[in-house]
Amino acid sequence: MSITEYFNMLFTDYTLGTITLGTAVLGAICGMLGSFAVLRKQSLLGDAISHAALPGIAVAFLITGAKDSNILLLGALVSGLIGTFWIHGMTKKTHLKSDTALGLVLSLFFGFGMLLLTFIQKQPNANQAGLDKYLFGQAATLVQSDVILMIVVTALALIVMLLFWKEFKILLFDADYTKTLGFNTKFIDITITFFIVLAIVLGLQTVGVVLMSAMLLAPAAAARQWTNRLSVMVFLAAIFGAFSGVFGTAISASQNNLSTGPVIVLVASVFVLFSFVFSPSRGILFRQLRFRRNRRDLKLKKTLQFMFGIAETHENISHPHAIKILNNFQGFAKTSLRALEEKEWITLDKQSWALTKKGFEEAQTMFDKKDDNE
Amino acid sequence: MSEKIAIQVDDLTVAYNYKPVLWDIDLVVPEAVLMAIVGPNGAGKSTLIKSILGIIDPIAGSVSIYGKPYKKQRQLVAYVPQKGSVDWDFPTTALDVVMMGTYGTLGWIKRPGKKEKKASLEALEKVGMLSFKNRQISQLSGGQQQRVFLARALVQNASIYFMDEPFQGVDATTEIAIINILKELRKAGKTVVVVHHDLQTVPEYFDWVTFLNVKKIATGPVKDIFNDDNLTKTYGINYKVAVNK
Repeated sequence: MSITEYFNMLFTDYTLGTITLGTAVLGAICGMLGSFAVLRKQSLLGDAISHAALPGIAVAFLITGAKDSNILLLGALVSGLIGTFWIHGMTKKTHLKSDTALGLVLSLFFGFGMLLLTFIQKQPNANQAGLDKYLFGQAATLVQSDVILMIVVTALALIVMLLFWKEFKILLFDADYTKTLGFNTKFIDITITFFIVLAIVLGLQTVGVVLMSAMLLAPAAAARQWTNRLSVMVFLAAIFGAFSGVFGTAISASQNNLSTGPVIVLVASVFVLFSFVFSPSRGILFRQLRFRRNRRDLKLKKTLQFMFGIAETHENISHPHAIKILNNFQGFAKTSLRALEEKEWITLDKQSWALTKKGFEEAQTMFDKKDDNE
Repeated sequence: MSEKIAIQVDDLTVAYNYKPVLWDIDLVVPEAVLMAIVGPNGAGKSTLIKSILGIIDPIAGSVSIYGKPYKKQRQLVAYVPQKGSVDWDFPTTALDVVMMGTYGTLGWIKRPGKKEKKASLEALEKVGMLSFKNRQISQLSGGQQQRVFLARALVQNASIYFMDEPFQGVDATTEIAIINILKELRKAGKTVVVVHHDLQTVPEYFDWVTFLNVKKIATGPVKDIFNDDNLTKTYGINYKVAVNK
C-alpha cells in the first residue's frame, strides 16, 4: 500500500480512520504539554518518565496475565509517576543535580523493565507475544477504546490548561515570584507534571518507550521558532505534533508496518529542521541573510561617513570630489559607490562624486537615531 | 519616617544542609524607609528576603507585616527578584510580564481585563518603558529588563517592596531612574528593602541600613550606624583602610 492509497482509504476504512485520529490526537496533546516541558527546561524529564513506565507495563501484565491495553497503561502510569517522584526526591534531598537524577531513574527503571520483559518472553504463555511493541510503538494496534481514552484525556488537559492558563504561564516564567503572589505553586507544578506523565503514558502504545520524549519535545522546539507568544507556541506545537503523528503513522502503516515510533520521530524532526532553518526571526537562514545585509549596510554607511567628513569642510556640500581621493585612502569598490548612488545619497559623474542633500542629512543624523523600532 | 512598624522579623534561622545561612535574625523595619541590606557574598542577603517572602522555608522564626503574619498580608508585599533568576527567552512581551503583577489580586483562574491592562501600561510608563510594551523580552537590554521587573512590582500597588540587587548590571541611567522611583515610593509612605552591593552609594540612596553576615550585625538609620566600625564587623576588613591603601 502506498501513502496516497493510505490517505485515500482513510475515509472509507474504519480501522485506518481510528488509527489516524488516534495519532493526530496524541500528537496534539504531546505538542501542547511538551511546550510546557521545554519551557520549564524539563526536556529530559519526558525521556526519564517514558523509560520509567516500562516496568509498570511488565508488572501489570505479570499480575493480570492479560494484554488489555488500559490495564497495561495504568501500570505504566503508576511506575511513571513513581519515577517522577524519585527524580524530584533525589534532586531535593541529595546533592545530585537533576540531570544525574534523570539519568539514574531512566536507566534503573528501563533496565528493570527490560529484565521483566525478557522474563515474560520466556514464560510458556501464548499471550505474552507483542509486549515489545511498547519499546518502539505500533500504531496499527490502536483500537477504538484506546482512541476514545486519548480524546478524553486530551479534552481534560485542554480544559485544565485553559482554566489555569494564567497560573501555568507565570509558574513557567518565574516560580518564586508566583509563590510570593500567594499561589500554591506546588499544586500548579504537580498538575502540569501529572498531565505530562499522562500524555507520555498515552503515547507508549503508539510511539514506544524509547522515543516518546521526542514526541514531546520536537513539536515544541519547532513551534518556539515561529512565535514569541506562549499561546501561539502551544497551539503550533499541537498542530505540528498532530501532523507528525498522522504522517508518521501513514508512512509506517503503508510500508510493511514499520515501527511507528521511529517514523513519527523522523517526521517531527523534519518539522524541527525546517523551523530551525526557515523561521523568519529565529531561523538560521534569515539570521544569516540579515547579518550579511547589516554588514553591507554598515559598510555603505562607513563610506558615507568618510565622504561626509570630506564634504563637511566645503561650504557647498555637493561640491564634487574625485573618486581617487577615496581610493587613495581606503580602496572603495565601484559597487558600493553605485549602491550609494541608488540610495540617492551621492551623485556620480565619471571621475568624481558629490554628496546629495539627502546623503548629507543621513550622515549627519546617523548616530542620533534611537533604537526603538516599535 | 513614622513610628509604625512595617516589617518585623523574629528569630529567623535558615540553613542549607546543616550549614546556617542566617542565624537568629531579629529585624524591625519602620514604615516609609528606604533600607539597604549590605554584606559580603554569601552573607545571606538574598536568602533573608526570600525567607521573609516564604520562598525559602526557614528552620525557625516568624515574619509579620504590619503586625500580622506575612501569609495573611501578601497583598501588601511586592517582590522584585534578581533579573538573572528567570529565562528572558521566554515567549512573552514586556507588557505581559508586567501584567503578571496583577495576578495576585486576581486570584485563581480569573484573567486580567481592561483595568489590569491599564494599570500595567501606567506602570510601564512610570519606568520609562511604555514604547517597549510589545517588545519580546529577550530583545530588552539588561537595564530594560530590570525596569520591566520593577514595573511588575509597581503594578501590585503594595505597601512594602523587596528588591534583590536591582542595580546589578544596569547602566547609570537606569540606576538613577530606579532610585528616583524608589525615593518616590518612600515619599508615598511605602517601605522599600533593597539588597545592595555598592557601599559607596548607600549614604546617598538610602536612609536605613542593615548590616548582615549570617548574623545581623546592625540595623538602623544610615546617618547613625553607617560607620567604619560596622563595616569592619560585617566585612572583616577595615573598609576605609583597605580602600585607601
